[in-house]
Amino acid sequence: MKRFLGFVKKEFLHIFRDYRTLFILFGIPAAQILIFGYAVSTDIKNAGVAILDLSHDEVTQKLTDKIFSSGFFKKTETLLNYNNIDKVFKKGKTKAVIVFEDDFGKKLISEGKASLNIIADGSEPNTATLITNYTTAIMNDFTNEFAGSVLNNSIRISPELKMLYNPNLKSHFMFVPGVVTLILILICALMTSVTITREKEFGTMEVLLVSPLRPIQIILGKVTPYFILSFINVLLILGLSWLVFGLPVKGSITLLLAECMLYILMSLTLGILISTVSKNMQQAIFISLIGLMLPTILLSGFIFPIENMPKIYDYVSSIMPPRYFIVIIKNIMIKGTGLMYIWKETLILIIMTLVFIGLSVRKFKIRLE
Amino acid sequence: MMGNKVITVRNLVKKFGSFVANDNLNFEVSAGEIFGFLGANGAGKTTTIRILSGLSKPTSGEVKVAGFDAYRQTENIKKNIGYMCQKFSLYEDLTVKENIVLFGGIYGMSKSLIRERLVELLANLRFQEYENRIISDLPLGLRQKLAFSVAVLHEPRIVFLDEPTGGVDPITRRQFWEMIYEKAASGITVFVTTHYMDEAEYCDRISIMSEGKIVALDSPEKLKKQYNAPTVEEVFIKIARP
Amino acid sequence: MLKAIESSEITKTFGATKALDNISFSVNESEVFGFIGPDGAGKTTLFRIITTLMLPDEGTMKVLGMDCKSEYKELRKNIGYMPGRFSLYQDLSVEENLNFYATVFGTTVEENYELISDIYSHIEPFKKRLAGKLSGGMKQKLALSCALIHKPRLLVLDEPTTGVDAVSRSEFWDMLGKLRQHNITIIVSTPYMDEAIRCDKVALLQNGRILSIDTPQKIRAGFSRKLFAVKSVEKYRLIKTLRKNPEILTAYPFGDSVHVTFINNTLDNCLFEYLAKEGIGDAVIQELEAGIEDRFLELMNKER
Repeated sequence: MKRFLGFVKKEFLHIFRDYRTLFILFGIPAAQILIFGYAVSTDIKNAGVAILDLSHDEVTQKLTDKIFSSGFFKKTETLLNYNNIDKVFKKGKTKAVIVFEDDFGKKLISEGKASLNIIADGSEPNTATLITNYTTAIMNDFTNEFAGSVLNNSIRISPELKMLYNPNLKSHFMFVPGVVTLILILICALMTSVTITREKEFGTMEVLLVSPLRPIQIILGKVTPYFILSFINVLLILGLSWLVFGLPVKGSITLLLAECMLYILMSLTLGILISTVSKNMQQAIFISLIGLMLPTILLSGFIFPIENMPKIYDYVSSIMPPRYFIVIIKNIMIKGTGLMYIWKETLILIIMTLVFIGLSVRKFKIRLE
Repeated sequence: MMGNKVITVRNLVKKFGSFVANDNLNFEVSAGEIFGFLGANGAGKTTTIRILSGLSKPTSGEVKVAGFDAYRQTENIKKNIGYMCQKFSLYEDLTVKENIVLFGGIYGMSKSLIRERLVELLANLRFQEYENRIISDLPLGLRQKLAFSVAVLHEPRIVFLDEPTGGVDPITRRQFWEMIYEKAASGITVFVTTHYMDEAEYCDRISIMSEGKIVALDSPEKLKKQYNAPTVEEVFIKIARP
Repeated sequence: MLKAIESSEITKTFGATKALDNISFSVNESEVFGFIGPDGAGKTTLFRIITTLMLPDEGTMKVLGMDCKSEYKELRKNIGYMPGRFSLYQDLSVEENLNFYATVFGTTVEENYELISDIYSHIEPFKKRLAGKLSGGMKQKLALSCALIHKPRLLVLDEPTTGVDAVSRSEFWDMLGKLRQHNITIIVSTPYMDEAIRCDKVALLQNGRILSIDTPQKIRAGFSRKLFAVKSVEKYRLIKTLRKNPEILTAYPFGDSVHVTFINNTLDNCLFEYLAKEGIGDAVIQELEAGIEDRFLELMNKER
């Protein structure tokens, strides 16, 4: 018993003398609660909605006002006809288009029912379903009010939902692109972050430094094999998602592959940057796995739309590469867009890559201290 | 000093898969003897020490340590020995006193006995001012001397020392060996490995291992006569490059 | 003669510890220069400054005529460095390691092969074996080959013999000796005092300070007293007994004998009787020449 207690006491001493352990023990749970609490929300707020009003009567006007005063939706555009719906979605700001059919108000009064179409961006099935539910609730609310004041009781406004790009509402249309984004950045950053710190730990870095090799040569030399191998990885992942999940690539495959390689390059250089600031492999792994994983899952828009989070998370998320890549990959794969719609995100990734390389070269220690 | 055997090894074989790390070893060590265990890295020394300290079981052969059988009574062996290896001996982020109290507790010593030995130890090493210093703050020589003292804190019958003086300055090395001599004189058997050939001369007997076998076993004086060599180093070289 | 290394008042501090304290020395071209001292003496720190991996806090260091701070890029091309723990790629084979270092330095294995042929011939039969699976002695030879493959002007070996068995150590110094004919300057650090005599010049280091720099012979000759070796079968008793003797100044165990010096620097004739009275009848006493370690101990004591 004495031995046991003596041993327990020793373990306590180790823990309290190592600030890293304390951080993991207390710091991380606290951070997680905060992040989860705010980021995870199944409510929608300010979801972008466009209106296609083919009727233009008092009823549709009232409904439109009610929809946008609810606080859940934000008006993005007013459409005149069906022609531009595709473009509107590709721009990315609109998540759903609410279509009031011809003679909406008249039909409602005379026949007791009118139909309302919701055309939603199927590349975000969760949001689409939520929008439908909220709209339905607003409609029901409206019919209750309206019924009470003007008409007899049984009126119905039945919203019909049509998913663009994802007619069967397959959730892996949302998941697979997100998972690809997550996996690529984690694996690539992890691989390269370990490789430099490993040389530091085993002492071989010392010998490399006392040689004609320049830092940029060492860095690019470490990135190149992983870059080539990751390309094969990408083909594998895309192939599997197509074979197993039936996930198509609506847009240009060449563009998709090119963007993937850009993302991979960015992730590899991020890993290098991590390794230049890590003292040992443990630290490097910690930062690249744990440091990157949680924020990527929660804050990149992968599962939880960024629009639903408090503004501050939006700012934090804007420095995270996965946020931009998810937009790119979803656009190409599910919406079939071309470079025109995603040039902004692509440019941001390019800039990030260059910044990471530049920083890595600068932070690369040419001496041992 | 001779007569009472604390270690008996007969036909010891240890295999790892098909690799024979210890190939038919035979030797005995008496109480209070200083036994030097020499040989190149990879010769099989560490394997033997692990078996003798109860950390690993032989493949075949008879091994008795402090009267206990190395197959079935390893827990008893561990209770009766002290161990100091080069890679680790004391907890670096604990103080001198915390380490002593901890190991005393692990060895099952009573609180009062631990306190007694703590005071004794600090006085012997002239360490009183270091009682509450963290180990990683101490210079290497002091750490090694402290590690040895902790390894024999519970006055075991045998203590195993694995390259205890690696890299230590010449004065501290000698002080360390005087501590070893003192303990041996009080009846503790010391089983030590070293790469310093002059330290081999301090031993009562030495054995030289090569490729899993014992190729020489005797007192340093007798070995030097046998191989017609002025130093143990020369004996070593003559055996390796006949 | 051109100086390969010129060091002047080099100081380096890590936190509260002064790793190097006002170190000044010079190494001639083609010399084999040894830095002898225990762990913590400052050898590795000094070598890292020489190889430009660290900057000194104070002082100047010129290596091969170049400043270690401002001309490090050029300097790094001319040094062959073998750090402690040998720093080989454990998961590459012997051959692959050698080829890598040759390529990095812009040469090929064939180009300078005669330089390493003596050394490499010992491990060539194992050239496909992974470096991690080599014995300590073989790793040592491989690391040396990799450091030499580009024919550096300065070879820096940090504790190349630590943890390696006595036979390999001896062979290693034989190999270093043969390198002299190629006009390479060699600096070596080691905790083993007996390796000092293999060097042209030696610096004794302790706690960041140089205790003495000279040829091994002169260092030994610097021992300020007469030295005697006393032998007896009962080693421990002998030491304790000698220490009690008031005529004796120092008594240190040295292998199978005890090295003693006397306060009045002459062999006390009563010593035999004194020892016999204390129960040691078989003592043999001889005068002998001081070795490097004797001198080191003397200097260490002066420092205290």
